[in-house]
Amino acid sequence: MMNACPEKVIRMMDDYLDGEISPSEEKELKDSLQSCSDCRKIYQELTKTIAFVQSASHVQAPSDFVQKTMAGLPKESQRVGMKRFMRHHPLMIAAALFVLLMSAAMMSSFSDDQQFSFTKQENLVVEGQTVVVPAGQTVVGDLTIRNGDLRVDGELEGDVTIVNGQYMASSGVINGEIEEIDQVFEWLWYTIKGTFQDAVSFFGGNDQSIDE
Amino acid sequence: MDALVNKRIKRVMKGDQDAFAEIVELYQHQLFQICYRMLGNRHEAEDIAQEAFTRAYVNIHTFDQKRKFSTWLYRIATNLCIDRIRKKKPDYHLDAEVKGTEGLNMYSKIANDEELPEEELMRMEVQERVQYEISRLPDKYRAAIVLKYIEELPLAEISEILDLPLGTVKTRIHRGREALRKQLSNL
Repeated sequence: MMNACPEKVIRMMDDYLDGEISPSEEKELKDSLQSCSDCRKIYQELTKTIAFVQSASHVQAPSDFVQKTMAGLPKESQRVGMKRFMRHHPLMIAAALFVLLMSAAMMSSFSDDQQFSFTKQENLVVEGQTVVVPAGQTVVGDLTIRNGDLRVDGELEGDVTIVNGQYMASSGVINGEIEEIDQVFEWLWYTIKGTFQDAVSFFGGNDQSIDE
Repeated sequence: MDALVNKRIKRVMKGDQDAFAEIVELYQHQLFQICYRMLGNRHEAEDIAQEAFTRAYVNIHTFDQKRKFSTWLYRIATNLCIDRIRKKKPDYHLDAEVKGTEGLNMYSKIANDEELPEEELMRMEVQERVQYEISRLPDKYRAAIVLKYIEELPLAEISEILDLPLGTVKTRIHRGREALRKQLSNL
């Protein structure tokens, strides 16, 4: 059947179907198709075939395809995994670093501070674990006492901070604020307040380097 | 699209598997489709498409980023499909007798495998029939026809995927088209 048609017409048909035919040949092809019923039949069957093939419904990969494919891949290096984790969770990393560094700092300072200590100022007297401002004397300056008490018989010009101790009511005068910190929690909070400024600037810098 | 893909590929080259998951997501259906049309069976298509992605991942460093990623990926897939099709064919002589049968040689076995009786063809749905006829094409025509008419790729890209001169691609499409025309003439 096909042999009955001139090869040239078949070639022109192919060119036409490939979208690569010159306008003059296109006209020639059209004339041939009109004059030859066999050529016409082949042409119609070819276009029908193409339509059938193109109409083949588009199949989709199974829904778990991506997951299965990824599970089959060789494992990635740990270094990359860590990098990506940091990129996706900068806050988490920042928080982890915060907790780590803070706890280290506080553990050491907390245990350092188990001992009785106080700010040395002139005229202060120590009786056992009690810091005393003697009667008739004036102490100028802020006073911090750790693990000890304070008794003021004279005059104190400055703020007082007492950690794990107490201010014993007495006849003296304190020209400043008194803060008593008794518990571990409060002590922690006090430390955090003190180092918060440092921490913020530390995270600012750290975040940037993680984001890169 | 290409810039997007290339960005992901750079990350994959650094070993980032999540970036590759996005690439699989992007190309899974097209790749699966090619494999399915080439092999005519979902199970095998899934198998080969997965294998193609795995090879792309492992060999990502050999991919030239100035080129189109899909072309490279489809090339891996069509090669795997053609390998699979050839492996399924018996590599012994066709006229050797099939073991355990008397007088039954490979010709009759292939005839049984590949050509269904007329009445069964008539019972098939059009879609099913078209797939069946595509799967009867010789593998080299099959790849060209699938890329041209199902993936609707330009001839130049098909020639790159199949690593063949443009003229050869055209010839294969013409022959594949002609073979299909004959096979489907009773539809």
